Amino acid sequence: MHVLVCGGTGCQASASAQIIENFQRILAEKGLQDEVQVVRTGCFGFCEKGPIVKIMPDNTFYTQVKPEDVEKIINEHIIKGRKVTDLLYLDPENKEHVSDSKHMGFYRKQLRIALRNCGFINPENIDECISRGGYEALGKCLTEMTPQQVIDEVTKSGLRGRGGAGFPTGVKWGLCAKNKCDEMYVICNADEGDPGAFMDRSIMEGDPHSIVEAMAICGYAIGASHGLVYIRAEYPLAIHRLQIAIAQAREYGLLGDDILGSGFNFDIELRYGAGAFVCGEETALIHSMEGKRGEPTLKPPFPAVSGYMAKPSNVNNVETFANVPIIITKGADWFASIGSEKSKGTKVFALAGQINNVGLIEVPMGTTLRDIIYEIGGGIKGGRQFKAVQTGGPSGGCLTEKHLDTAIDYESLAAAGSMMGSGGMVVMDETSCMPAIAKFYLEFTCEESCGKCSPCRIGNKRMLEILTKITRGEGTMDDLQELRNLAAVIKDTALCGLGQTSPNPVLSTLDNFWDEYVEHVVDKKCRAGVCKKLMSYEIDKEKCIGCGKCAKNCPGDAISKTDYIAPGHKLPSMVIDSTKCIKCGACIAGCKFGAISVK
Amino acid sequence: MAVIKLSESKINFIKNVCKEHGNKAGEVINVLHKVQGEYGYLPAEIQELVAKELGIPVSRVYGIVSFYSFFTMTPKGEHPISVCLGTACYVRGAEKVLDELKRQLGIGVGEVTPDGKFSLNCLRCVGACGLAPVIEVGEKVYGRMTPDRVKDVLAEYK
Repeated sequence: MHVLVCGGTGCQASASAQIIENFQRILAEKGLQDEVQVVRTGCFGFCEKGPIVKIMPDNTFYTQVKPEDVEKIINEHIIKGRKVTDLLYLDPENKEHVSDSKHMGFYRKQLRIALRNCGFINPENIDECISRGGYEALGKCLTEMTPQQVIDEVTKSGLRGRGGAGFPTGVKWGLCAKNKCDEMYVICNADEGDPGAFMDRSIMEGDPHSIVEAMAICGYAIGASHGLVYIRAEYPLAIHRLQIAIAQAREYGLLGDDILGSGFNFDIELRYGAGAFVCGEETALIHSMEGKRGEPTLKPPFPAVSGYMAKPSNVNNVETFANVPIIITKGADWFASIGSEKSKGTKVFALAGQINNVGLIEVPMGTTLRDIIYEIGGGIKGGRQFKAVQTGGPSGGCLTEKHLDTAIDYESLAAAGSMMGSGGMVVMDETSCMPAIAKFYLEFTCEESCGKCSPCRIGNKRMLEILTKITRGEGTMDDLQELRNLAAVIKDTALCGLGQTSPNPVLSTLDNFWDEYVEHVVDKKCRAGVCKKLMSYEIDKEKCIGCGKCAKNCPGDAISKTDYIAPGHKLPSMVIDSTKCIKCGACIAGCKFGAISVK
Repeated sequence: MAVIKLSESKINFIKNVCKEHGNKAGEVINVLHKVQGEYGYLPAEIQELVAKELGIPVSRVYGIVSFYSFFTMTPKGEHPISVCLGTACYVRGAEKVLDELKRQLGIGVGEVTPDGKFSLNCLRCVGACGLAPVIEVGEKVYGRMTPDRVKDVLAEYK
């Protein structure tokens, strides 16, 4: 029997380490430590309901487990074979408890290829990985295939770069392989900087060996013997697990000299990022690895010609690599049979925001946004109204109701004014203000712009200033036109991908939420109640019972008594002095009588 | 520049780190990671020493320290607080939590309380979006934060 406990960052933050400790301790007390194995796995994906504990082989899926629940699970489930019903997932529709994850809405429409091992293996144990087919693909490449055959297979599969731009991976490998050189590099881009995206981190935490294996396969295909992983320093757990995976692979002769007796040499080193979003751009990433400021340079020359240390280098994203081993073992035709016409396979998304089921999901390309948000995501939190979904992070855009039935792939998202991006998907409801969201992304871009080219450095700053004006109710209709002009220039003239895509959040919100911009500018109103300068708090004097709690909570002494006593009440009602009000909302939060509202 | 006298042990530690990395200019980021990991921040004196050991101009070291947000030249508080301002946390109200922290601590982002107890910073996504909005105090993650809970969280460290 196996007890699988999620050890991803989210579940660890809610005491999963304590849960594991309790399992081990109580099992040992009962003398069951040899019968039941406790495994700390990677992310199961259903972060909303974490920490998650899964009991195998009967595949029971416990949600929101607390350390003190462990004893009950052991006594009831493991010893007596009875499921602990109140820890099972409650289907929000029919209010029934579901024990097998296959029958949950969250998992039903998913297809896990890149995440195939996440949540099933102990990522710190290479044997568990091998027992699920790990390193089989590397063996097949080294013994049965020529490097060209490997490249052809990946090309034929239709796999495209999962970092966002969607360049065909096999073609990229082929371009690099042409530049034969005594020193070449395979680089894994693990600098996942998109706010709200955690796909790559979960793969590295849950299945690090798939990355090690894929990089070795790539090395064999293009003729490189050095591998480098550029990983964010903010991901300590992912770094730790990759280090373990690399050490174990070396020990098993799957990295190092003469791998599997084939004469092929390959080894991997880690390089740490230091918090710069622009380093996700491949030329900037390479400069950062060389110990310089992470500033991008003009392409060409492409890294395939002159990359790390001016040697030919191939850069792929973590998720792209995670797909490679299974393409080799199951074949290009199998992979190409999944997905849409031009985008093959699956895509991992980090589903977050105002949605019921936050988590990590993987769906075939061509799945509609409606299926993702309503079937997998379980709809909008608190039964509120769907407003927008943001894909592609700071480079992407906001899509609306009318895009819900679009089958998503690289092309359809671009046509709708957004982009695939690395896979962040943030759902927003009516409480999100779209000009404020555009401003939020531009603040991010301005902070992260490396400053090398003026369109990005200065242009984005000007756009941010205009958006700040608009959210303060000081904007004009001319400002809206100016935003479009600036956006067009930045798109055309910025040096790298970060700059060229930075106006997307502004353009897509202008296109899809024009009315909301006009309301801010002309009517000086923020319908979502986010822009503080455009709000005022008012007390309904008929509803106010005069308890004075709001005045006590008010940090600005802006609330005082009036002379008016409403019929049926004993105390005079309160009033807010709008000149003193700092619009913090403390009064509303404390009022039990619903007497305070935002206008 | 304020002059901080580096202790002998500090100097030796930094020299050793540089040596472990072969005193190579290309290793400067890895060296700075280790040194900041030990001392918490990278004042000018440390940068000068690293530059000397790796044989590069101090301007290049400063260029790197100022470019990457992970590196800092100001010391952190005893309990550094980081508020996640990733998109998922933002749409679930992280800004209100940040405002409340600023109000209760009486400091702005990037500052330290006068008693040196707390420092306040923002970061973009710790990847615990299921718990949004999230703050970190030291290494501990607090999920599903609300302005109301700020007082209780701070009380744990007082």
